[in-house]
Amino acid sequence: MTELTHLSMAEALDGLRKKDFTATELTGAYVAAVEAARPLNAFIVETPEIALRQAKEADARYAAGTARPLDGMPLGIKDLFCTEGVQTTAASRILKGFIPPYESTVSGNLFRDGAVMLGKLNLDEFAMGSANITSHFGPVISPWSGKDPAGASRKLVPGGSSGGSAASVAGRFAIAATGTDTGGSIRQPASFVGIVGLKPTYGRCSRWGIVAFASSLDQAGPMTRTVRDAAIMLGSMAGFDAKDSTSVDLPVPDYQSFLTGDIRGLRVGIPREYRVDGMPAEIERLWQQGIDWLKAAGAVPVEISLPHTKYALPTYYIVAPAECSSNLARYDGVRFGQRVEGKDLQEMYENTRAAGFGAEVRRRILMGTYVLSAGYYDAYYLKAQKVRARIAEDFQKAYALCDVILTPTAPSTAFAIGEKQDDPIAMYLNDVFTVPASLAGIPGISVPAGLGSDGLPLGLQILGRPFDEGTVLKVAEVMEKAAGPQPLPPYAG
Amino acid sequence: MSLDKATVAKIAHLARIKVPEEDQEHLAQELNKILGWVEQLSEVDTSGVQPMTSVVAQTLRQRADVVSDGGYPDTVVANATDAAEHFFSVPKVVE
Repeated sequence: MTELTHLSMAEALDGLRKKDFTATELTGAYVAAVEAARPLNAFIVETPEIALRQAKEADARYAAGTARPLDGMPLGIKDLFCTEGVQTTAASRILKGFIPPYESTVSGNLFRDGAVMLGKLNLDEFAMGSANITSHFGPVISPWSGKDPAGASRKLVPGGSSGGSAASVAGRFAIAATGTDTGGSIRQPASFVGIVGLKPTYGRCSRWGIVAFASSLDQAGPMTRTVRDAAIMLGSMAGFDAKDSTSVDLPVPDYQSFLTGDIRGLRVGIPREYRVDGMPAEIERLWQQGIDWLKAAGAVPVEISLPHTKYALPTYYIVAPAECSSNLARYDGVRFGQRVEGKDLQEMYENTRAAGFGAEVRRRILMGTYVLSAGYYDAYYLKAQKVRARIAEDFQKAYALCDVILTPTAPSTAFAIGEKQDDPIAMYLNDVFTVPASLAGIPGISVPAGLGSDGLPLGLQILGRPFDEGTVLKVAEVMEKAAGPQPLPPYAG
Repeated sequence: MSLDKATVAKIAHLARIKVPEEDQEHLAQELNKILGWVEQLSEVDTSGVQPMTSVVAQTLRQRADVVSDGGYPDTVVANATDAAEHFFSVPKVVE
């Protein structure tokens, strides 16, 4: 049965249609794999009963010839998506025990299309982090740490914030997973574990029912083993939702139809500002390799300039904390979540929030409160929103000269748990290549492109025009083919 | 701009998070470091630039002003720590 967990989603769907195996068999294999992978700490809650019930329903539909697009696909759901009747915590102590009485639109869309839920995946607390080390439920260990990841002397991070999603897909104990990306939380972990991670255009997937971090940046997307799987899964996740005021009412194309392999004449922008100081030579080399691959397939590399790139991270670390301080004001111990009593209402709030939030979340709430407070709003928040407009304008200008943009995804391979933890800014630099696209709201994908000298995966990022996920996926698939089959992590189910 | 211990205490109060006094100095240092780093934004010429308020160019939709949801108070209060009948209860706020 183990080989069932090594199929891509496209292969598994094909096998189910051909009746090579049943959805119950496939889900059974994954339920066992999830259980075996417990030492990696990727799941906060496992839901095998739900999974097996959904698989049985999928089997009935396959038998009746009424199978749906994702019927029987065992997914992991990041624990930032509210799931009806199943604990949703955002990996925070403050939400421990919270059972949503409703389903997020995106997870609901996936289940409507037949997906099976294996459980809720670990993440950085409120999705704030780049290493999945800020979770109240403990860090996730990357399957790249060794054959026995939990026993490894150097336990590697899977990246973050979608660390459980990344680890489960790479480690072959979820066929695919949902992620969310605010500044790189899908793409950076995808790069760290050698999988595909797609952040769609802001507005493409509904944010309704996803625990909010920074509402002008948050976007859900698929984390998968192949580009084709990302195309399949995005087709189910995307779509207009009247319950999200920023959801965009555009038809959802058949993303698989873009995967033609034909990128002849397509202009690929290479931003000169992404050659940052101190970038490891191997990342520079891999980037060049990516340019060569696309060129060999008939694309035309074009040098472009995104002059405000270096200001993206500082802009992000004003805008995101500001929005987070506002969004997280709702955790007051009254309507849901944990409460710590105090002598009066004021003290009850203060005690509840002191006990409920971890160090990174507290730091960001305080930072956000400061930049929004009287006397500092103009100097920090307003200034950042203006620089953000400049960054978005850089991309608009660039897309007059090119169709997609190619960059590295992350400035390094995965590091170990415990490293980079003393200095928040060193941790923030992980997102140097992913944050600009988040600020501009444009789509981006990370595709595994090779290994670094330490034997760990490195991804390349392709950015596209707003709502042009199709072209992004097309180029990504060409690169995936050119890069060839990538090695599995030492722990793979 | 430098942020001191007293400012940390002030913003912690605004954010309704109790920060023990022994953490305030350390937090002030951390936040100052981040603020020093974001200071580089002052180099960017933003004269005449409108602050970005909408990521995707679109007008907010309107809908009819009618009740479209509700009628399940049990569900609404189901996750409250302290719900009395169909109310959220909190410590006494008026004497």
